[in-house]
Amino acid sequence: MTAAGSDLVTLVLGILGVLIVASAVGYMLERRLATDGPNAAVENLNARIRAWWAMVILIGLAFIAGRIGVLVLFAFCSFAALREFITLIYTRRADHWALASAFFLVLPIQYYLLWAEEYGIFSIFIPVYAFLLMPIISVLRGDTERFLLRVAEVQWALMICVFCVSHVPALLTLDIPGYEGRNVLLIAFLVIVVQLSDVLQYVWGKLFGRTKIAANLSPSKTVEGFVGGVASATLIGAALWWITPFTPLQAGLLSFIITLMGFLGGLVMSAIKRDRGVKDWGHLIEGHGGLIDRLDSVVFSAPIFFHLVRYWWSLS
Amino acid sequence: MKALVAKVAAAAFVLFARAITAVRAIWPEEGLPARPCVYFANHSSHGDFVLVWAVLPPRLRHRTRPVAGAEYWLKSHTNAFIGRDVFNAVLIERDREKRTEDPIALMVSAVDAGSSLILFPEGTRNQTEDRLLPFKSGIFHLVDQRPELDLVPVWINNLNRVMPKGEIVPIPLICTVTFGSALRIAPGEDKEAFLERMRAALLALAPKPAGSGE
Repeated sequence: MTAAGSDLVTLVLGILGVLIVASAVGYMLERRLATDGPNAAVENLNARIRAWWAMVILIGLAFIAGRIGVLVLFAFCSFAALREFITLIYTRRADHWALASAFFLVLPIQYYLLWAEEYGIFSIFIPVYAFLLMPIISVLRGDTERFLLRVAEVQWALMICVFCVSHVPALLTLDIPGYEGRNVLLIAFLVIVVQLSDVLQYVWGKLFGRTKIAANLSPSKTVEGFVGGVASATLIGAALWWITPFTPLQAGLLSFIITLMGFLGGLVMSAIKRDRGVKDWGHLIEGHGGLIDRLDSVVFSAPIFFHLVRYWWSLS
Repeated sequence: MKALVAKVAAAAFVLFARAITAVRAIWPEEGLPARPCVYFANHSSHGDFVLVWAVLPPRLRHRTRPVAGAEYWLKSHTNAFIGRDVFNAVLIERDREKRTEDPIALMVSAVDAGSSLILFPEGTRNQTEDRLLPFKSGIFHLVDQRPELDLVPVWINNLNRVMPKGEIVPIPLICTVTFGSALRIAPGEDKEAFLERMRAALLALAPKPAGSGE
């Protein structure tokens, strides 16, 4: 077995171990606390644990299927996220073709460019070509009612759901000396650090949370949860240096940036939800929100992580 | 053979509708009536009855028939195949001059045979800014003959944005189908009062439109 393969196996066993422990704890909490009726916090925790199982299994299957599997998985995530986003924004009849081309032209082209490893065009296709194309298509119908608002919302939908999300599989295109054939572990590193940071912020917040960070954005985010979550996720990220091309210190630093961006991304996405007057982005996973609710922190950290690694480590 | 193709086509329609709209049903607390009933819904897209059909539990779906305009669904062989064979629609002639069969009698016999109906009491697709057009009187004449019939209001949300009139490419957007509690005609209730009550019950299910500018 190759070094990459054995590291992946070690990692998978570790993750399965964590999930089994989490499921066992969730089960015990349910037995102990739910004696007098269901407990909302525990039910929510168990729902999240089931969502992580699904996430780990899906990503695992995609890794086994290789590059095409990873691309298809994230292309689907982009599709479902874009559908959730555009459902919530203001659109008019005149935007019909602009929206259709966002789904059926821009999204597939972006992922095709990743498949073809065309970094030069991949990195500007949406912010240059798609951003200019969208208002052009919309304006052809001559409807100027709230035009700037409509254009801006569709552009942001593409930015968040397609451009940012596609930077997770884009990690596969990096060419890092001494790290050949192991890029898939970079995706694992990013996803693990982001998700652990979310979870640990939640856990620290539940245990010690007193001071709210942004009460009118997200009532569950506290200073204690934020500090504890970021610090512990950074430490775990540093401890995962062996699956990355980084030294432990570098892995820790990058984890710190990832968790910070993840936290701020969560705030921004909450602000959008508040603005649209909804609690969740959708209902993809029955009972606990939409896909964007699970992706929001990955969305903001992925492009930054990608470009930092590309700038300092990659030859391509 | 034709029946098999129709069955496959029906499954394909449902799959396609689900892939585009990720449709989610919201049920009333007490669930749906067990006996044949009439689902009456707002009408803004050709796909409306497919969506209602897609979210019904399979055991109810198989004996639920949409009520649709004959002049459209018999226009071509394809339309007739989809309307008659795939969705088993109760086809009624809306133009009084061309009528050979009484639409109410057709609906009554379908209900008597154990089918549920999907009915769009606005009579035509709503292309206006109003949320709901005035109801046509067909639903009243139906329950006038079968007053024991349960009437379930169904609000279809967002499908008009997926595929507005005249567009051929659907935009993937999340749709919801909200079912209300079953209603019945009250003894001695007159036509205007009944239609207005049904219309109000349907409107009450409409969510505040997210993304359509409030």
